[in-house]
Amino acid sequence: MTFFLQLVISGFALGMVYALVAIGFVIILKCSKAFNIAQGQFVMIGGYLGFTFLVTFHLPVWASLLAAIAVAIIMGLLIERLTLRPLVGQPVLAVIMMTIALATVLDGLATLIWGGEYKTYHGVLPTLTLKIGELSIPSEMLIGLIVSIAVVAILMLFFRYTKSGLAMMATAEDEQVVQSAGIKVTTVYALSWVIACVVGVIGGIILGGVSGVMIPMANVGLKAFAVVLLGGINSIGGAIIAGIILGVLENIAAGYLDPLLPAGGGLASVFPFIVIIIVLIFRPYGLFGLAEIERI
Amino acid sequence: MGLPSGTFNQSYAQDMAIFRTKTQWIMLLALLAFLFTCPLYLSDRILTVMTIIGITVISVHGLNILTGYCNQISIGHAGFMAVGAYTSGILTAKLGLSFWAALPCAALMAGMVGILFGLPSLKIKGFYLIMATIAAQFIIIWFILQFQNVTGGGNGLAVPRPEIGGFVLKSKGSYFYLVMIIACLATFFAKNLVRTRVGRAFIAIRDNELAAEVMGVNLWAYKLLAFFIGCVFAGVAGSLLVHYVAFATVDQFPFMNSVWYLGMLIVGGMGSTAGAIFGAVSLKLLDELVTIVGPILSAVVAPQAAASLSLIMRGLVIIIFLIFEPRGLAHRWQMVKAYYRLWPFSH
Repeated sequence: MTFFLQLVISGFALGMVYALVAIGFVIILKCSKAFNIAQGQFVMIGGYLGFTFLVTFHLPVWASLLAAIAVAIIMGLLIERLTLRPLVGQPVLAVIMMTIALATVLDGLATLIWGGEYKTYHGVLPTLTLKIGELSIPSEMLIGLIVSIAVVAILMLFFRYTKSGLAMMATAEDEQVVQSAGIKVTTVYALSWVIACVVGVIGGIILGGVSGVMIPMANVGLKAFAVVLLGGINSIGGAIIAGIILGVLENIAAGYLDPLLPAGGGLASVFPFIVIIIVLIFRPYGLFGLAEIERI
Repeated sequence: MGLPSGTFNQSYAQDMAIFRTKTQWIMLLALLAFLFTCPLYLSDRILTVMTIIGITVISVHGLNILTGYCNQISIGHAGFMAVGAYTSGILTAKLGLSFWAALPCAALMAGMVGILFGLPSLKIKGFYLIMATIAAQFIIIWFILQFQNVTGGGNGLAVPRPEIGGFVLKSKGSYFYLVMIIACLATFFAKNLVRTRVGRAFIAIRDNELAAEVMGVNLWAYKLLAFFIGCVFAGVAGSLLVHYVAFATVDQFPFMNSVWYLGMLIVGGMGSTAGAIFGAVSLKLLDELVTIVGPILSAVVAPQAAASLSLIMRGLVIIIFLIFEPRGLAHRWQMVKAYYRLWPFSH
């Protein structure tokens, strides 16, 4: 039972990070109708930025976070302006291939800058301990949980109460109406990429603290897709719930089934894809998504 | 468009002909003559590159039928290649079947797995389908790694070279002939498939799914058929690849390759048989260039420069083509031909 609860709790914390990454994806999708395959690369770069600022430059945690966010903002603006803006009005495949190409370039740049090695900054982040009965929650996971919840809350408030946030929500609803109301859609696009980058980078710093950083960390992005599909691709709330569900299920599946499988399992890495296939066959628009209605 | 000045189609047969004029026939024969004599005077290094290009062309033809003509975007093509590769690898290495029996089995098996992962395509499209095919890629590779007493898992599987009546295709030259014959047949089949009823149905599905259905195209059957045909090509290519290397590992079929095949289609031009060839040839040559330049760069700049150069270059090529020439090299080639046709009087 303790083992089970331990799996559930660490799965919950992991799921919050997945949700964080998935939210970045959903924001871009809602605002600019672009499927961002490179979301996982933002996470990976976030992890490396965390390493650079925390370990290489010895900055305090708050300064590192601010610096990483600043880099993320610049990255988001550049990416939107240079690669996605020229593709407005192109078919879905062109946009997806662009983000895949972007993911490849980011992988390459990260390899060039950080050498593609495994980096870790375990123990640099402040330590918190929480014990519930026999259960102990690892410090990094607790921090991850707190930061994720904080970021999600900030985003919710941003979308609810600020002018830019409302403009983004409105753009997701109907671009033409928004344009005639005097909102600049290109600014909204840029903003959505900036938010996605920032959210991804924060997720990366958290995950980097938990398990270290290396190039394949970008595969977290692929898990985020499973989250997004499960939650419904245009639902932020769905992404959060699905993130937690997936994190917990993945942990339980890996904890109980891995010892039974030949070759040591590695079920955690393939679990999201099994979820993707099942969701796509039985409920293509996810738990909370809206079905697309098509007319000729 | 495309006919030389002063030549006109006067019959259906002429209108349908792929090679319309004598010059085109002569150029085709010259190309074939070059392809089938080059083992005589080219070095083994170049033959290796050409063999790999041939295998890639087969694979990209399959992806072109699936994605370029039927608009079912697949980013799991390397996974389907792995299915074919391991099927024929296991059949020949473990069960002692000959390569010639294993190759059709590999093609069939890849096609079946393609149908399996194509099933969601009946309900979904666009991004959803892309996710399903990415999932296919990872699930297939995971399966191969799990069943290690059959597939060899992470250690790989030694695969025999094919043989004809006791003559083992051991040399680069002999295998080059095998690949080129199959690549030519694949090109012939791919080019002609899209001119048949099936191919036209694919194009109808690509252009407007609902309209196609209303016109009587059976979406269910044709989408699965597209997956089947596309993956059969992938299976053949995968089988040829592992029998060439004489070894099968999952590292030969990474996710990056699936992306790169789609990149070849974009660079070459979607929905064009010539485009598939242009894309495969040009990007494979680019890969070769990187393998030559990479080590030099690594020595001069930093040890990781080679790895990152290959990634950055691949990404940049796709980005540049998407922005500046989304219709690919095939379209450029048409423009060059159109310009040349009436030169120097362009109107």
